[in-house]
Amino acid sequence: MNEVRPPAKRAAKVSTIQALNWALEDALEADPRVIVFGEDVADRQGGGIVKVTQGLSGKFGDLRVRSTPISEMAFVGAAVGASIAGLRPVVEVMLMNFTAVCMDQITNHAAKLRFMSGGQTHVPMVIRTMTGSGFGTGGQHSDFLEAWYCHTPGIKVVAPSNPTDAYGLMRSAIEDPDPVMFIEHMPSYWAQGTAPERGIFVPLGRAAVLREGTDVTLIGYSRSIHDILPVAEKLGTEGVSCEVIDLRTVSPLDMKTILASVRKTGRAVVVHEAVRSFGPGAEISARLHELLWGVLKAPVQRVASKDCPVPFSKVLEQGFIYSHEEIMAAVRKAMAG
Amino acid sequence: MPHQNRTLVDIYRKMSLIKQNDDRFIAVIKAGKLVMPYYSVRGQECIPAAISVRLSKQDTIVTIYRGVHDMLAKGVPTKLLWAELAGRVTGTCKGKGGPMHVTHPESGCMVTTGIVGASMPIACGLALAAQVRGETHVTIANFGDGASNIGAFHESLNLASVWKLPVVFVCQNNLFAEHTALRDGTSVVDISVRAAGYGMPGVTIDGNDPLAVYDAAGVAIARARAGDGPSLIEARTFRFNGHVVGDSGDYIPKAEYAAAVAADPFPRYRLYLIDGGFASDAELDSIDGEIAREIDDAVEFALASAQPDLAELRRDIFADELV
Repeated sequence: MNEVRPPAKRAAKVSTIQALNWALEDALEADPRVIVFGEDVADRQGGGIVKVTQGLSGKFGDLRVRSTPISEMAFVGAAVGASIAGLRPVVEVMLMNFTAVCMDQITNHAAKLRFMSGGQTHVPMVIRTMTGSGFGTGGQHSDFLEAWYCHTPGIKVVAPSNPTDAYGLMRSAIEDPDPVMFIEHMPSYWAQGTAPERGIFVPLGRAAVLREGTDVTLIGYSRSIHDILPVAEKLGTEGVSCEVIDLRTVSPLDMKTILASVRKTGRAVVVHEAVRSFGPGAEISARLHELLWGVLKAPVQRVASKDCPVPFSKVLEQGFIYSHEEIMAAVRKAMAG
Repeated sequence: MPHQNRTLVDIYRKMSLIKQNDDRFIAVIKAGKLVMPYYSVRGQECIPAAISVRLSKQDTIVTIYRGVHDMLAKGVPTKLLWAELAGRVTGTCKGKGGPMHVTHPESGCMVTTGIVGASMPIACGLALAAQVRGETHVTIANFGDGASNIGAFHESLNLASVWKLPVVFVCQNNLFAEHTALRDGTSVVDISVRAAGYGMPGVTIDGNDPLAVYDAAGVAIARARAGDGPSLIEARTFRFNGHVVGDSGDYIPKAEYAAAVAADPFPRYRLYLIDGGFASDAELDSIDGEIAREIDDAVEFALASAQPDLAELRRDIFADELV
């Protein structure tokens, strides 16, 4: 904890890629149980397709940092086995859609073995995976599938929106005694943000209030935070005071922070890139209606992607994801309610 | 071949435990005292009995829903196993796993899976941990002939070979994948030939011959311990009680079934020990008697044990109990 590197090594602004690289480096350094593997993650294969793992195999050796064959079922299952044996594997499933090919190991094994063994074993592994539309990657390389994992008891789902949280949440995810699905938003990988202080831990299951307000609570995570913040700013100039919550951990939900905020504002809008139906927005909305009925001044609004596969055509892709106008419209609807 | 009489008798003891335990499970289920899907292991006793005498306590196994023989051979205590199958709080997993998910790390039984093929990737991970830590422990991945047709088998053999993992893949080929005969669902006659596709040794052996299993396991385990990588053993066997208790077995040709039962490995091995002068009738009877009493105690313990508390529904989801 609180391990601070010489300032010369730290830039004031870094990308999420750099922050994650630091997190993995620091975790490998701090704990010999940590191992890293996935497709192309070793330096000989380029240090990961976006270089998140660059330099790690060189520094920590091929035994602890290794590239795998394209065999998600085998290597995610191997992470399950290695964690049961006491290691702390961090595996990279290159894209979130590829988690579909190893779903059995994630949902039937990683998430359930603590329970099914009556607590005799546990699976302290992290699955790093990236996703996000906007790069023309189409229907099988862009989906936000967090709802699948939120719907599976026994696995935590984390989705940071900035480099500092990415660093601190990754350190916590690796230390966590249970499996964590760690979702990285690909299109904002290169966006520069405040450099994390190396050694910090951002607790799992704890949301952050990014902006205080009194009229409406805007709830998001990962990509949607990048859209919510400018919208909240704009609405502020129009006299609507927005509170903004970055969930950071999607499951388990930090209901304490959400409830405290919505109790104050009486209105909530949930924004996520995942498709609308049966998404996390539905769960948050349901809970708010159950718990704050009578306090709410308007029905909770949801802003999400359209209920269709991610399309390729730029026009369709832009139409698939919500627009800033849609977020504003949802807020106005809440305000009118 | 095991030259010491003691090892031969140890194998017998494990086989007797597996056989008697299976007979008793079925009797208790049929008497209506326990309700569960039970995948009988009768007929497959030799395989884990002869492999496990090659293993230390630190060596690990992963097994499958048809895995009670693997668990008992590795040393999962009979009492705890029965209590788990009875769903009681005293079971290995507090009654939260059941017959398809028995876990007992203390004896090296790390995972039991109900998903065909899923044992192999996990076994690779257990072996990976030993490799990373520089330990010489090995992992046995048990699975059936049906699992050799699922992707996880092929991915795991490739990964284990590329990484030279200390794992032994043991295909317990009982000739039927659920109700589908080997010849109707598998592209090869001998599953062991698939090992060549992944650059590892593969052998087909008579899984009902304890000496053949003992020898093959010895070679594969030594190779794994030496850091030379994985092997595939296809041990041919037969399941006497169909896929699951209650299965009529109509899909098994009558002559094939009769021949398999006539070649029952348990009495055959007993006769081998007596005829070869490795053990006396009286000695083996005494072992059988001890085991019968052990099972009596286990049944009594299980049925007298408390049911789990409903609070268990909030426990073991995560490290911290749910609120």
